[in-house]
Amino acid sequence: MRILNASGCLDALAAPDVARQLDAFVTKTVTPLPREGSAPPRIAETAHGMLNAIGLANPGRERFLAEHLPRLRELGPPLWVSVGGFCADDYAETCSNLEDIEAIELNLSCPNVDEAADSAAEIVAACRRATGLPLYAKLSAAHPDVAEVARAVAAAGADGLSLINTLRGVALDRRLRPALARGSGGLSGPALKPVALHAVTVCGEATGLPIVGMGGIESGRDALEFAACGASDVALGTVLFADPGAPGRVRTELTAACADAGVVNPEDAAGLRKSPETQRKVPA
Amino acid sequence: MPSSASPSTHRVTGSEPVGPYTLLRLERGGLDPGNPGQFFMLEAPGRLLPRPFSLCLAPPGELAFLVDPIGPGTEALCGLGTGDEIAVLGPLGCGYRLDVDRPLLVGGGIGIAPLPYLAEKLGGSPPVVLGFRTEEHAEAAALLPGAEVAVDPVVVTELIGPGFDVMACGPEPMLHAVAALCPTAQLAWEAPMACGYGACYGCVVEIDGALKRLCLEGPVLDAHRLNGHVRYLVPAESAGAVSR
Repeated sequence: MRILNASGCLDALAAPDVARQLDAFVTKTVTPLPREGSAPPRIAETAHGMLNAIGLANPGRERFLAEHLPRLRELGPPLWVSVGGFCADDYAETCSNLEDIEAIELNLSCPNVDEAADSAAEIVAACRRATGLPLYAKLSAAHPDVAEVARAVAAAGADGLSLINTLRGVALDRRLRPALARGSGGLSGPALKPVALHAVTVCGEATGLPIVGMGGIESGRDALEFAACGASDVALGTVLFADPGAPGRVRTELTAACADAGVVNPEDAAGLRKSPETQRKVPA
Repeated sequence: MPSSASPSTHRVTGSEPVGPYTLLRLERGGLDPGNPGQFFMLEAPGRLLPRPFSLCLAPPGELAFLVDPIGPGTEALCGLGTGDEIAVLGPLGCGYRLDVDRPLLVGGGIGIAPLPYLAEKLGGSPPVVLGFRTEEHAEAAALLPGAEVAVDPVVVTELIGPGFDVMACGPEPMLHAVAALCPTAQLAWEAPMACGYGACYGCVVEIDGALKRLCLEGPVLDAHRLNGHVRYLVPAESAGAVSR
């Protein structure tokens, strides 16, 4: 089980020592044109979570390829590039410009920008034609039937799934006005974990694809729960803010959590959940 | 980032009231106190995210932070007792440049927090002017013996004479007023931060004409870099203390 960062939750160039703890570094989402992002305030703490409305701030495809990617390559960890856009061609063109990276994550679910006009499956299909690199589709659990979306992107050629993105939410300040300038933002942190575990379970069963599980992972035990639900890898997001040492700590704790659960490898935990005496159907 | 990528655990050695604020003392351990105006992320017990605080005092073996209890995180920090432990990351960001000829320290409210350590590092008892909204808040001036104090309705900018290298920290309206008076001032700003080391992109303000992360560029900035456009920061009722 590899430990990655959730896209947008770490700047590897600003904090290389944190990035080097990871089995792969996932970039902030790259869009065709530069984006300054949302006006501040952009973040607010909530019960067992936080809201963010960063708004896909990024230098744009051209500068990312010319300036950022070469510097990221020097850091060491394998790279995943998160790709975003506003139509299938946006995504596909960025994908066609990427090479010598471990994988591409297609951000099909940012809650802080207007959604792309094309469906997730159309975007994945366009990217599949544009690149031979592994394509991971990052989906939102806000969809009424995330397993159906997972089946569609699998049929369109996705090699894996990243589950889940933040969920749209609102927090109010003391004067009952939205705490974020954008109004709404994406909810992350421990509050999200049950939603993420469900999405991982049903999407795994629907597709059989490898899954990077994320959403509220704070400990090795949390990571093992994602493995038990079928995740092959995990990503850390909000926990990095309070604990930049989290990747190393979670890896150490995961070994102990496996021993506690009586399994040798995290992947074996999936068998525990499916053992006859414990099996209960998780409704999609 | 500081030399260690991980926060370290520090024992509380004392907690004392300073007017309406609390001076929280922690065992220093292996942490470098850093430059005045740099900040540390302090674990707020029971909360998801740590809170940013500039260092107030660096007594031998200790680090001391001035906390204004204005929200659940700062209230939890003020409730800590001797022997409790919290995680600390720092020092972070860019502090004050100390290579000035005629320093004048200007503080407003909880914004006096970084000034005692700044005065110590400058040496020679630099002049200090402070502004507070009530007499009770003004009790915190005891942290800077010899300071000239203004209490509302008198404002601290009335105490700033010409010809000084102003180094200021305080609520946003005060900083704007100081910048208008002293275009070369060094100003310590605040913004909500989740991480303090450039990961969350939450603390952006308009710096040099573009949205940039205050945790990496600042929190201390030359006055001209803000271009008068820090219009998004904290609502007025909580100005001067973003760590809630």
